Amino acid sequence: MSNLLLSIEHVSRTYIDSNDNRVDALADVSLTVDDGEFVSIIGPSGCGKTTLLRLIAGLDTPQSGTLTLSGEPITEPDPNRGYVFQQGSLFPWLTVEKNIASGLKARGVYAEEKHHVAEYIELIGLTGFEKSYPHQISGGMAQRVSIARALINRPAALLLDEPMGALDSFTRADLQDKLLELWSRDRTTMVLVTHDVDEALYLSDRIVIMTPRPGKISEILTIELPRPRQRSEAEFLALRGKILQKLHLASARVEPEYAI
Amino acid sequence: MSVSNQKADSKKRFVLYLCVTLIGFVAAEVMSFALPNTQGLKLKINPHVADDLAYRVALAGLFLLYLGIGIFSAFRRDRREKFIKRAPFRLAIGLLLLTWDLLASKLDILHLPFFPGPSSVVNVLREEPLYLLLQTGFSIRLFFAGFLSGVVLGVGTGILIGWFARAKYWVMPVLKITGVIPAVAWMPIALSVFHKGFYAGTFLVSMCGWFPIAFMTAQGMANTQKTYFEVAKTLGAKTPYLLFRVALPNALPNIFTGITTANGLAFTMLVVSEMMGAKGGLGYYITLARQVSNYYKIYAAIIIMAVLFSLILKLVNFIRGRVLIWQRGLINE
Repeated sequence: MSNLLLSIEHVSRTYIDSNDNRVDALADVSLTVDDGEFVSIIGPSGCGKTTLLRLIAGLDTPQSGTLTLSGEPITEPDPNRGYVFQQGSLFPWLTVEKNIASGLKARGVYAEEKHHVAEYIELIGLTGFEKSYPHQISGGMAQRVSIARALINRPAALLLDEPMGALDSFTRADLQDKLLELWSRDRTTMVLVTHDVDEALYLSDRIVIMTPRPGKISEILTIELPRPRQRSEAEFLALRGKILQKLHLASARVEPEYAI
Repeated sequence: MSVSNQKADSKKRFVLYLCVTLIGFVAAEVMSFALPNTQGLKLKINPHVADDLAYRVALAGLFLLYLGIGIFSAFRRDRREKFIKRAPFRLAIGLLLLTWDLLASKLDILHLPFFPGPSSVVNVLREEPLYLLLQTGFSIRLFFAGFLSGVVLGVGTGILIGWFARAKYWVMPVLKITGVIPAVAWMPIALSVFHKGFYAGTFLVSMCGWFPIAFMTAQGMANTQKTYFEVAKTLGAKTPYLLFRVALPNALPNIFTGITTANGLAFTMLVVSEMMGAKGGLGYYITLARQVSNYYKIYAAIIIMAVLFSLILKLVNFIRGRVLIWQRGLINE
C-alpha cells in the first residue's frame, strides 16, 4: 500500500565557513519517504536537519548523492514541493487573501484556480481576515497563511521548517491539530523539521533522529500510537523519554519529573 | 449630572476657541477699514493708494473658511479637540496680517517698493487673474512633466542596477558621480540642447528626481530578504515574478523616500529654470515683476508657490499612504 515518494541517497553537503573551515552539514544521508507519510526530522541545532529540508526543496544542491521525488531528480525549487518557513515569510505588502493567491500567481494559474483561495481561507479558519495585512495578524495566523499558500499549489510533499518554533505553546498545539486535519484531508506527504520532541511524537508516523558534526541520521523510529494521541499517556511519555535519551538530552534525573 | 456638566463645559470651551480663531481675522478686517492707506502716497513717480477690496474679500473668505471648519468640527469630539489645538495658530495668522497691514499700508513704516502691504499683494488677483492663473498652470505643467519623467527614469534605472549585476557595475559609478552634481549646473547645456525652455526645464526637473529615486530603488531591491525570493521560488515563481512582485514591492518604501527627497530639489529646480530659461511659469512671472520693480507681484507669486507646493506634497503623501498601507505604523500617520 505504501508508495515510495521521496528518495534521498547518500547525500553529502559541505560548507566552507568564513574561517575557511570545512563544515560537514550532511554526511552520507539516506532516507526514503512514502506517499502520504508524516515524517519528522529532529535533532539539536547544527545536525543538518534544515540543510536536508532545503536540499529536498531544491533551494540548495548537494556535493554528492541524489534526491528524487516520484523518480524525478530534484534540481531546483518546484511548487510540487511546498515549503513553509519558520516565520516572517509572508509578503508584507499583500493581504492574507493575496498572499494565499500568490501561490497560484507565481505559477501563472491564478485565473483558472482563484476559486480555491476562498476555500483555503476557510480551511485554515481565517474567514474575516481576508483583507488583513501580515502585520495585523498573529504569528499563529501568519503560519496558517504560509501553509495555505504552499498547499494551494497541491504539492506532493509539504516541507515544514520549524513552522511552530516561534509560537507560544497554546498556539502551537492549536496549529499542530490544524496541520493534522489538513494532512488527513488530503494526505499530502509531510516532512517536518523540529526541535520539539512532543511535536514530533504528536504528529509523526516516523521520527528521524539526527546528530551533528557531521550531520547524519542516527536512528529512525516508527511511531505506532493511534491518533488522536494524548500527550500525557504513558506510552507517549515513554517514547518521549526514549527519544530524549537518543538525543543525549535525557538524564536519570528527568524520569521522576514525569512520574509526578 | 456631572457628565452633562462636563459636556456643557466642553461646548463652552469650544465656542470660546472658535471666537479665538476668528477674532484675528475680524481685527484685521476692522483695521483695514479703520485707518486710511498712506503707503504709496509719497512716491515721486506714480503715487497711488492700494485698493483694499481684494484683501478685504480675502479676509472675509478666511473668516468664513474657519467658521465653516468650526461648524464642521463642532459635532465630533476628536474634531473639536483638533480645532481647539489649532486656534492659537490661526489667531496668529489674523494678527500677523493685521500687523503687516498696519506697518505697511497704514503707517508706511515699511516702504514701497520692497514691502508692499497685504492689499497690494492680494490685489494682484484682481489686476491680472488670468495671467497669473496661466503662469501657475505653466508651473504645474512643467513640474508634472519633469517630475513624473524623473520618477519613471529613476525607478527604471533603479530596477536595472538593483537587479542586473552588470548594469550595476557600469551604471552605478556614473550615477554616483553625476548624481552629486546639482541639476542647475546642467542648465546652460540643457538650454542649448533643447532650445525650447519647456523641454530644458523638463529635463532639469527630471534630473532632480533621477538620482535619488534610482539610488533608493536599487537599494530597496537589494535589501529584499532572501526568504521572500526563496518562498516565491518554492511557489513556482520565475524571474519576472521575483523582480516585479517581490523585489519591486519590497523597494516601494525606499522609492517613496527617494521621491520625497527629490520633491524639494525639484521645486527649487522648477523655479530656477523658470527664472532663467523659460517663457512662462511663476518663476518667469517673478523675473518679469522684478524688472519693473513690482515687488507686490513677487510676493503674490511666492504665496501661490507656497500653496501650490504644499498641495503637491500633500498629494504625494496621500499616494504614499495609499500605496504603503501595508506598512506597520503608517496607517494612522
